[in-house]
Amino acid sequence: MSTTVKTRVFLILALTLLSLFGLFGLPKFPPTSWQDLRENFENRIKLGLDLRGGTHMVLQVQVEEAVHLECDRTVDRLTDLLRDPAHNIPFEEVRKLDSTHILIRNVPADQAGTLRSLVSDNFPGWDLGPAPGEANSYTLTMRATVAAQIRRDTMRQSIETIRRRIDALGLTEPTIAEHGRGENEILVQLPGEGDPARAKAVIQAGGQLELRLVRGGPYRTQAEALAQMGGVLPVGTELVRGRAERANPGEPQLSEVWWLLDRTPVVTGRDLRTATVGPSTRSPGRYAVHFTLSRDGAARFGPFTEANVGQRLAVVLEGRTYNAPVINSRIDDQGVIEEFSQQEAQDLALVLRAGALPASIRYLEERVVGPSLGADSIRQGFIASVLSLILVMILMLLYYKKAGINASVGLLLNLVLLLAALAYFGAVLTLPGIAGVILTIGMAVDSNVLVFERIREELRLGKAPASAVDTGFSRAFLTIIDTHVTTIVSCLFLFLFGTGPIRGFAITLTIGLLTNLVTAIYVSRTIFLWQLERAGRQAALSI
Amino acid sequence: MQILHNVNIDWLGKTKYFLAISALLLLVSGWAWYSQGGLRYGIDFRGGTVVYVRFAEMPGVDQIRAALAQRGLGNSIIQQSWDLTGASTNEVVIQLELQAEDEVEALEAGKEAILAALRGAFDRPEPNKQDFNAATPDAVAAALARRDPLGLGPAAGERYNELAEAVLTFRDRERSGLLTAFEELRQVEGINDAALAALREQFYLGRFAVRSAEIVGPRVGQQLRQQAVLATLYALAGMLVYIAFRFEWVYGAAAVAAVVHDVLITLGFFTLFNYELSLTVIAALLTLVGYSMNDTIVIFDRMRENLRLMRREPLAEIANRSINQTLSRTVLTSGLTFLVVLILFLFGGEVLRGFSFVLVVGILVGTYSSVGIAAAMVVGWANWRGRGALTGSAAGGPRKTEITDRRLATAGRR
Repeated sequence: MSTTVKTRVFLILALTLLSLFGLFGLPKFPPTSWQDLRENFENRIKLGLDLRGGTHMVLQVQVEEAVHLECDRTVDRLTDLLRDPAHNIPFEEVRKLDSTHILIRNVPADQAGTLRSLVSDNFPGWDLGPAPGEANSYTLTMRATVAAQIRRDTMRQSIETIRRRIDALGLTEPTIAEHGRGENEILVQLPGEGDPARAKAVIQAGGQLELRLVRGGPYRTQAEALAQMGGVLPVGTELVRGRAERANPGEPQLSEVWWLLDRTPVVTGRDLRTATVGPSTRSPGRYAVHFTLSRDGAARFGPFTEANVGQRLAVVLEGRTYNAPVINSRIDDQGVIEEFSQQEAQDLALVLRAGALPASIRYLEERVVGPSLGADSIRQGFIASVLSLILVMILMLLYYKKAGINASVGLLLNLVLLLAALAYFGAVLTLPGIAGVILTIGMAVDSNVLVFERIREELRLGKAPASAVDTGFSRAFLTIIDTHVTTIVSCLFLFLFGTGPIRGFAITLTIGLLTNLVTAIYVSRTIFLWQLERAGRQAALSI
Repeated sequence: MQILHNVNIDWLGKTKYFLAISALLLLVSGWAWYSQGGLRYGIDFRGGTVVYVRFAEMPGVDQIRAALAQRGLGNSIIQQSWDLTGASTNEVVIQLELQAEDEVEALEAGKEAILAALRGAFDRPEPNKQDFNAATPDAVAAALARRDPLGLGPAAGERYNELAEAVLTFRDRERSGLLTAFEELRQVEGINDAALAALREQFYLGRFAVRSAEIVGPRVGQQLRQQAVLATLYALAGMLVYIAFRFEWVYGAAAVAAVVHDVLITLGFFTLFNYELSLTVIAALLTLVGYSMNDTIVIFDRMRENLRLMRREPLAEIANRSINQTLSRTVLTSGLTFLVVLILFLFGGEVLRGFSFVLVVGILVGTYSSVGIAAAMVVGWANWRGRGALTGSAAGGPRKTEITDRRLATAGRR
C-alpha cells in the first residue's frame, strides 16, 4: 500500500471507530453482551415523541391580561391619589380605555400643572397627553417599552411556573420552552405521558389566585344579584361565581353561589411566598392552607385588612370564588384559607407554592402518541430501511459488479456515520427522520451512480483505469456538490419553518447528505485506489 | 451489466409530445382539484380532531359510523389503514371536521365523544374492573401490589413497578398496545399464575386501544399553513438563486419551472387518490423539489460541459447529447430511489403513507420532467433570443467556467 492510500485508510478507520464509539461506547471486559450494546445504542439515539410516545401540547399565554391588570391597578391608584387630600384634584372620571390607555375627564385647567407633576412623580411608566377632541381631558398612555416588558415578564414567569408544576409530577425529561412559531406560545412535551389530562390539570389548576374584597353576596343566582342592585353593578365590581358554603341544617344545599367582588385584587399569587397545609381550626377533620405574603404584598395587605375589618374577603382561584372568609383582624404577611378536604388542600398548596400563573392560558394544540404506535413506527421504519438497503445493495452489485461492493461499503459506512452524528449532536430521531435516513440511502446511491457512470464513460473512451477513475471522480464532483447543495437548501428552510418531526427530517437528511460527501467521494475513491494498486495500474476495472 | 448504453434519442424533437403529456397531466391535476373542491388539508392545516384506534376485531366501517352517529358525530371521516407488514391492520383513523368558530375545548370534547361512542359500541366492560389496554404503569403496579401475588410483603413496591413496566412494554411493543387474552402475558418474565390471577381480577381487556389522538386548534392550522407555503417558496427561491449562481439564470428559471410542474402534478394525483396535506407531506414535497432539481442539474451540468466541447453544434443537438449521456444515470438513480420510496410506501406504515405517496409519484414525474421538459425550456429560450444569448451570457460568466475548467483539467492530471 502506498503512503497516500495508507493515510486514507487510516483516516477512514479512525472515523469509523469514532462513530462506533459514539454509538455503542467502549467495549468492556469481559466482552460486552449484545444486550449492553443495544442498551448503549438506545441510550445514545434520542427518540422524538412520535417514536417514543408521549404528549405534545402548545399553549398560549394571554399576556394581554397582565397588561390589563397593570392598567386596572393604575386606574385605582390614580383615582386614590387624585382624591387624596394632599392633592385634591377634582375630576369627572378616570376610566380605562384599553389595556394601555386611561382617560381622565374634566380636570380644571388651573390644576393641569399639578396633575402633570403628580403623574410624572408617581407613574414613571406612563405618559400624559391631552385627550383628542375633549377640552380639559387627558389620556394616560402606558409606554410601549413598559407594556412590552410586562408581556415579556408574564411570558417568562408562565414558563417558569409551568416548569415547576410539571417537575412536581416527576416525569422524565419534560420539555417546557417558548415556542418560536406563534406569539406568546409555550411548547410542552412530556415523553412517555400517554394521558395529558393529569398534566393539564396541574398546569391549569388555579391559574391565578386573587384575594378580592366582597361588596355583596352571596346570591343564589346572577339574576338575583342584579335584581338587588337595581339592574346595574356598582362601578369597579363584578359578579363572580363561587362554590357554595356548607348549608346550615334545614336549608337546602346550593351547588353554587354568586359574589359581588371588587374588580381589582388586593393581592395576587404573585405576592405569595409560601403555602403549607395544616388542620383546619374551624372545623375538625377539615384542612386549611396557610400562606405567607411577600414584603411588598404584606405592605399592601396590612393596611387594607385593617381598614376592612368585619368585611369579607374572597379567595378567587381561576375566576372562581373558593370561599369568602370574614376579615377578623389586620393580617400582615400570614394568612389562612380554610376548609378543604385533605386532597384539595394539598393540591391548592402545591399550586400556590409553585406560583400562580400571571395570566391565563389557552390550549392551541395537543397531540398524544401512544407508546405502542411509536414502537410500531420504529419497527416499520426499521423494516423499510433494511429492505431498501438490501435491495439497493443487491442491484448495485448486479449492475456494477466489484464496484458495487465499493458502493455497498460506502452505503453502510454512511449509515454508521449518520447515526453517530445524530448521537454526537444529540439530535432527535423522529419518524420523518427515519424517512430521511431512507432517502439518504437514495441520495448516496445517486452519488455512486454519477461517479461510476462517469468512470465507465471514460473507460469507453479508451482511458486507462487509473486515469478513468481520476477523471470520473473529478468530473462528477461538481455535479455531486450541486445536487447536494440544492437539497440542503430545501432542508434548511424546512428546519427554519418546521416543527418537531419535520425538523427531525431536515436534520437527518442534511447530516446524511454531508456524511455522504465523505463516503461517496473520499471513501469510495480510497477503495478504488487500493483496488488499482493491488491489481496493477493497467489491469481491467470491474465496474 | 449495462443499460441504455450509446442511446441516441432525439428528445428535443419530441418536445411537442412532451408538452402535450404535461398539459394532459396538469389538466388531470386541475380536474382532480376541481372535483375534490381543492386540496384536502389534514388537521395540521385546518384544525380538528384525529383519533387513531386499533381494534381487537375489526368492526365494519359502517358499524363504526353508526356508533359515532348515535353521539351526533355522523359527519366524521373514517379511514381504514393498511400495511404490508400487517402491523396496521385492524386500525382506523377517525377525523372530526372542525366546525366554524370551534375552539380547542370543543375539539377536546369531540375526542372524548369519539372515545365514548367507541366504548359504548365495541367495548364490553366488566363491573369494577379497569381496561387493561388503557392502563398506565402506575395503575398496573398498584393492582399488583394490592394482591401481592409474589408474596413479597409490604416492601415490594419497586419490584411491582418493574413488573408492571415489563408487562406494559410487552403489551405495547409485542402486541401493538392491544392484548386479547391475559394468557399472552405468560411470555413476560416474572409473571406467574398468581400475578395473572391478580390482573384478571382487577382488569378486563378492552376491545380497542387508542394509538394516538391529536387536537389542533384552528389558529395553529392557519399558522402552519402559512409557514408551509413560506417554507416551500423560500426553498424554491433559494434553489433558483443557487442555480443562477452556479449556471445562468435561465437554467435556474427552467429548473424551477420544471419543479413547479412536478409539484403541481404530484399534488393533483395526491388529491385524486384522496390523501390529505399534512406537515410531513410538505416535507415530502420539499424533498421532491430537491430530488427533481438534482435530476435537472445533472443534465444541465452536462449541457454546460458539452457547450464548451461542441461549440459549432446546434443547441438542441447539445441538449440531446447531454440527456442521452446522462440517461443511464437518470434511469438507474430514479429507479433505485423509486424502489426505496415504494418500499417506504408499502412498509412504512400509515403515518408515513401520504409522505411516501408524494415521493412515489414525484420521482416518476420529476424524472420525466428533467428529461422531457427542463432542457427543452432552456433551448426554447435560447432559440427565441438567438443562440448568442446563451453562449454570450456563458461568456458573461467566463471566469467562473474557466476556473472550473482548469480545476477539472488539473484534477484529471492528478
